Amino acid sequence: MSNNIYLKQGLDIPISGVAAQNTRKVIVPDVVAVKPTDFRSLVPKLLVREGDKVLAGTPVLADKMSQNILFASPVSGTVAEVVRGEKRKLLEVRIKADAEQEYVDFGVKRVEDLSAEQIKEALLAAGLWPALTQRPYGIIANPEVKPKAIFVSAFSTAPLAASPEFTLKDEIANIQTAVNALGKLTDGGVHFSLNSANYSGTPFHKMENVIPHTFTGKHPAGNVGVQIHHISPIRKGETVWTVSLLMLAAIGKLFNTGKYDVRRKIAVTGPKAVNPAYVEGYPGISMKDIKEFYETPENLRFISGDVLTGTNIGAEGYLGFFDNQVTILEEGNKYELLGWAKPFRPGQFSSSRTYFSWLTPKKTYDMDTNLHGGPRAFVLNDVYSKVLPMELYPVYLLKACLANDIDKMEKFGIYEVLEEDFALCEYVCPSKIDIQQIITDGIALMLKEMC
Amino acid sequence: MSGLRNFVDKIKPTFEKGGKLGFLHSTFDAFETFLFVPNTVTRKGAHVRDCVDLKRVMIMVVLALVPAMLFGIWNVGYQHKLAFGLVDWGFWNIVLYGLVKVLPLYIVAYLVGLGIEFVSAQIQGHEVNEGYLVSGMLIPLIVPVDVPLWMLAIAVAFAVIIGKEVFGGTGMNIWNPALLTRAFLFFSYPSKMSGSTVWTGGVERFVNEGVAFQAGNGLVDGFSGATPLADATLANLQPKLWDMIVGTIPGSVGETSVIAILLGAILLIWTGVASWKIMVSSVLGGLAIGYLGYAVGATDLPGYYQLVMGGFLFGTVFMATDPVTSAQTECGKWIYGFLVGALAVTVRLWNPGYPEGMMLAILLMNTFAPLIDHYVIEGSIKRRAKKVKIA
Repeated sequence: MSNNIYLKQGLDIPISGVAAQNTRKVIVPDVVAVKPTDFRSLVPKLLVREGDKVLAGTPVLADKMSQNILFASPVSGTVAEVVRGEKRKLLEVRIKADAEQEYVDFGVKRVEDLSAEQIKEALLAAGLWPALTQRPYGIIANPEVKPKAIFVSAFSTAPLAASPEFTLKDEIANIQTAVNALGKLTDGGVHFSLNSANYSGTPFHKMENVIPHTFTGKHPAGNVGVQIHHISPIRKGETVWTVSLLMLAAIGKLFNTGKYDVRRKIAVTGPKAVNPAYVEGYPGISMKDIKEFYETPENLRFISGDVLTGTNIGAEGYLGFFDNQVTILEEGNKYELLGWAKPFRPGQFSSSRTYFSWLTPKKTYDMDTNLHGGPRAFVLNDVYSKVLPMELYPVYLLKACLANDIDKMEKFGIYEVLEEDFALCEYVCPSKIDIQQIITDGIALMLKEMC
Repeated sequence: MSGLRNFVDKIKPTFEKGGKLGFLHSTFDAFETFLFVPNTVTRKGAHVRDCVDLKRVMIMVVLALVPAMLFGIWNVGYQHKLAFGLVDWGFWNIVLYGLVKVLPLYIVAYLVGLGIEFVSAQIQGHEVNEGYLVSGMLIPLIVPVDVPLWMLAIAVAFAVIIGKEVFGGTGMNIWNPALLTRAFLFFSYPSKMSGSTVWTGGVERFVNEGVAFQAGNGLVDGFSGATPLADATLANLQPKLWDMIVGTIPGSVGETSVIAILLGAILLIWTGVASWKIMVSSVLGGLAIGYLGYAVGATDLPGYYQLVMGGFLFGTVFMATDPVTSAQTECGKWIYGFLVGALAVTVRLWNPGYPEGMMLAILLMNTFAPLIDHYVIEGSIKRRAKKVKIA
């Protein structure tokens, strides 16, 4: 606890619909989807055809650039449909699940006896390699590279995020196995960041073979990128890997049981979720499987992930590979008479003192997706750094991205950030600029020019 | 409520692309979004957004200017009353005279400025930006009350077109548009912007034509009409100190009352719209040079007099803090603000040509703000790189 890192900047968005800590439903999967779009800049290669039989763990896709990176089916069943978009871009591989789940047997392994190469091979073969994310750029880790270190954030500060203590309480041993395994892939160790507010309350502080850190602060203190920035910043040419607790659990299970088992507890949250709670399911489950959480899908937005960084998947969509949260919001497609000119807007939250929501700090709000204004140029330049606990100049970085100026992007810290770190900047922006998209485009440019 | 909405929905197609009045699209949009927060939803990135927008931010600045404006209107009438010895004028006479003099300034400033904004938004096909709501509110408060309206119109047109639209509109401009208006007037028509007859309503007309708004009365004996800056000596100003704080002195319309300006400053700082760092450092800069001048004998006024004279405080609170044209790094704000205050007082004390230096100081520092930010950022990046290397 002595080296606690205190982050002053940040904002916890008071949105309503936190999930009650009970499992309301165990989902028996019907159709699940494997989505290559969950991974940045992935060019997928299809390994199955419609009608093929797959087991849980059978590879469905491979990375065209390095074909030993595989993506597995989370369930056993039959490939029902391959969905393609414009220019035949592969969007989804839909798999009709069997009633009984069967797993590919990868064999139980003792991590202590394995070398780094064997661990890599095991993860690649079982389709769990994509669980490792590389920084900079947030792409799938390159198995050829030895990272400087591996970072894990053991808490989440995102709006309505699933509680790791609840969702992973039975997975502690698996997570420990995974930490032991991944520790062999780097010389820098596995850095484990805990929330100081909940330090003794969480079972993760007993984790062994990790380098622990504690953080105090509001969102985005739980973002691994923010933590890396304060623990050991990424300089040009360096590579680090990040992995979530959820993925550690799956990796641990692979070694302990020999199965590709990505079952997880999923928080169904949001102002429009009826009796928000947890369900047990798989990545790729359909929103139709949680229909007891909403009355009618009309005018609702279904987000795989949280409201700041999640993906709008629609009422027919499928949960993402990395996500264990669904947020259901109302579409804010209605007009509000003289909204900005009213002295009080009691139903709306603003972090700005120009409204009065600072008077009710405990209140939560039924937020919708209204933009609350029109897009403008950057005018107020000091609102962003108040929600970004990094020693960066956010507006300068964003303007460098807009200008496609690679030298300046490097200088202002493009290697250290991902969209999620700027999500709050986007939330508070009075000019209604799509800031995360600017970062996405900036990273895409870096990937094109530098790799 | 919904009746109004239905009406707007009914006439909306006329103004959309391809509609009969499609060329007025931006104008219609400006009025519609003024009345209604639009129904646009988030498409990319964060799915929920804060309910604050630029309209709300701008209206806060407009509100902060209201005390200075109201006091200015009253003071215009009050100075007129003093100048012409109108002893029987009560409060409402004073306010009425003030309104008659100040309202036309507002009408001209808004009509010309917003007109240009609307046309330019129309040409460029984007939404009308609300930035001019603040500029238009500021401009009448920083000019002498008797400035001819046609001059004001030309100056506003210059500031909005050359100072803002050519750079791409609000958020892209280098100099504060309201100050640019004043600078244009100052250098183009100096006789209307300085001296001792321009600051009191009706005096110019009386000097030229022998009549004033209130016919019959001549100027009172001993009328000076000069601002405190014209004869800034302790003997002259010490008895007037309280008047300078309340604001019952001649000067530009909105700049005279320290109390009214401080009320605005409180609102701006509380809402976080303007930077308190710039305000504090500008005051520090003004005090530093003010006392330096006092120490070396450039003036016999203690430094704090520099704060209550002329446009110092108005410039510090409302003009130097413009988020677009000021320094944008936190450390840069301290440097920028300090130099604004220091330069303004330097011009006052050591430049015989210009009795007031606030406008020039702010415009000059607007020019140098990007340079300050550049060096602050370079320094910070270097320091951090060093720290990371050691760690």
